[in-house]
Amino acid sequence: MSKRKPYTRELPKDWWMKQIFYTKYMLREGSSILITFYSLILAWGLLRLSQGEVAFNAWLEALHNPFAILLHLVALVFALYHTVTWFSLAPKAVDLWVKGKRLDDKVIVSGHYAAFIVVTVLCLLIITL
Amino acid sequence: MTEIKEKKYIRSHEPIFWGLFGAGGMLTAFLTPVMILITGLLIPLGIIDKGNFNYQTLHNFATSWYGAAIILILVALPLWHTLHRIFHALHDLGIKRGRDWQQVLCYGFAFAVSVFTFTILLQMF
Repeated sequence: MSKRKPYTRELPKDWWMKQIFYTKYMLREGSSILITFYSLILAWGLLRLSQGEVAFNAWLEALHNPFAILLHLVALVFALYHTVTWFSLAPKAVDLWVKGKRLDDKVIVSGHYAAFIVVTVLCLLIITL
Repeated sequence: MTEIKEKKYIRSHEPIFWGLFGAGGMLTAFLTPVMILITGLLIPLGIIDKGNFNYQTLHNFATSWYGAAIILILVALPLWHTLHRIFHALHDLGIKRGRDWQQVLCYGFAFAVSVFTFTILLQMF
């Protein structure tokens, strides 16, 4: 057993609420909670799908609940926030060099947004057509 | 004379979880908003017709091998992203007790739901 007593600085519980930068960081991390809920709703939907048409339609019906709509609305806002933060970090991960020059951050970020729009429209088309 | 011992390196399991975290984050960034929009808002509010989101089409999709693979990825992969973040957020919030168990519970949760999804898809196949 070690005898050393390292000094650990006290950290107030609300450290992340005192500065907007940290608050935004924690909101980004918090988006995970809602996205987790959403995945669970989908997993549940899959279970209902496997139980037959009546069960699946009951699941669809449950999504009409105002509380469910509200939950999805909040989840959508947080998911979009995740998207924005993820894309703004993209240049740090995608280190592209073209002809000896590093590709501008703006190009990478706007490339991601363009792809995002294409994917979104494509999904909407697949589901409606 | 000092005895030179070969240093023993312990392999970290972090790269696996980090990889899943990254892949899940990418998927979540690109697809989760439109998925929530479709299943959570547009269809329940009746803004778009159920279209392809009806029992028969979805059942056919889920029982094809490619459909099952897509559903597994769409449902389970984001969890490996979110639970990784939740695990680290617990540290940020200063919850120091039982870090090991926190890790087991977080990744274990993602794993459990993945197995749940996989099992249902297998059973439907």
